[in-house]
Amino acid sequence: MNCSEAEILIHALLDGELDAGHTRDVEDHLAGCAKCSKRLAAFRGMRQAMTEANLKETAPLYLRSRIEESLPAPTRAAAFAAQAPRFGTLWPSRRSFAGGFATGIILSAAVAATLAIGVFRSDQNQLIAAEVVSAHLRSLQPGHLTDIETSDQHTVKPWFNGKLDVAPPVIDLTAQGFTLVGGRLDDINDEAVAAIVYRRRNHVINLFIAQQPSGGRRSAMSESHHGFNVRHWSEGGLGFWAVSDLNGAELDEFCQKVRASLPGQSGGA
Amino acid sequence: MLARTRHAALWTAEHGIMSAGDDGERAKRFREAALPHLDDAYTLARYLMRDKTDADDAVQECYLRALDHFDSYRGPAIKPWLLAILRNVCNAEFARRATQPAAPASADEAPATDEHLWQEPQPSPESELIRHRDGETIRQLVAALPPTFREVIVLREINNLSYRDIAAVAGVPIGTVMSRLARARSMLRAAWNAEQGRAK
Repeated sequence: MNCSEAEILIHALLDGELDAGHTRDVEDHLAGCAKCSKRLAAFRGMRQAMTEANLKETAPLYLRSRIEESLPAPTRAAAFAAQAPRFGTLWPSRRSFAGGFATGIILSAAVAATLAIGVFRSDQNQLIAAEVVSAHLRSLQPGHLTDIETSDQHTVKPWFNGKLDVAPPVIDLTAQGFTLVGGRLDDINDEAVAAIVYRRRNHVINLFIAQQPSGGRRSAMSESHHGFNVRHWSEGGLGFWAVSDLNGAELDEFCQKVRASLPGQSGGA
Repeated sequence: MLARTRHAALWTAEHGIMSAGDDGERAKRFREAALPHLDDAYTLARYLMRDKTDADDAVQECYLRALDHFDSYRGPAIKPWLLAILRNVCNAEFARRATQPAAPASADEAPATDEHLWQEPQPSPESELIRHRDGETIRQLVAALPPTFREVIVLREINNLSYRDIAAVAGVPIGTVMSRLARARSMLRAAWNAEQGRAK
């Protein structure tokens, strides 16, 4: 194998796309060619840096809403979808692309903003559940789970001071089978939220806590989204979202234990 | 385009009313299959369109088209299928703009300042190791690549597609994917090193 062949094939090697035979050929060449080896090292470094930079974008919630609402709705979104064309024609999209894209059905920026602001306020729990699950998935990327890693609740709680406009309750449930791992600041649809991280066996549980708007007490919600279980409830002016790949029964147990331990709580609500 | 808008409006009106039965079932299947890939679609759209609002519109159009054609979808992998539709939407939009009389909007399309970012700046320092760059810098470097190469880098490094899936999205043979990717990475690396030089 010469260098110009290797020049292409080192990429396939890097990407794990070579069969055993070719892998051997390329490795043989690399063993005797400093230039190609250096090149491979540089590309590997570049790739590593790109992975660490986490270049993937998250679709904004308003876009998700827009798309969900434009789909024929089998469930409770049906009533809302019926209104969508009306909104769409009232407010044309700010930049119509000279009509390039299907702007007619696009929800107005105003409506989208209303949805977006109400992260913990909106009735569209399913959309929020999607955001919560996305945040959960992001947290599982290497190095993203915790900003502060400790099983000591008295360390985690003050860490949030000054970082949020609420003081999230941090409850140690280690003795009850849910190990406190730590906490981090997270961002759900541009709203800063506290994430308290627990672990049950190998399952990570993210408990997201944010301020609940006044009078915004919502009924509890329990659902499964893309294989993750999501639970929601609100009390004491706070909205809680628990998400995990843990089975539903154990996640319910987790939520009950959190609720039972909340300050001012005398056995659930 | 106008026809498309009208079609979409009719489509939504129609489906908003008849949301039960087969149609609801089909929509449910579509949701479950396609919505999990929304972030991937959005990521690709951001890099292809290089504008947030354009990306929003492209992704929305992509999902509408995908639903229209969902009946003809025969698997196996929905992600490349969806991204191929998105790519077509973006390319159609660029083609449409190209046929428009020169408008100010085209000013942000490949401005001259982009060029030196990826062109071989100086004798390439083969031995130089890649230094770490923050996400924003890397995004800009990727965004400055010519479209064909930008696309293959994003599909491979960010969307995490296999060569076979990239070939399906771009509609080219795997061999072409390999040579484009090699070229794209070399360009990106040159730009990376050049940027490093500028950042001193």
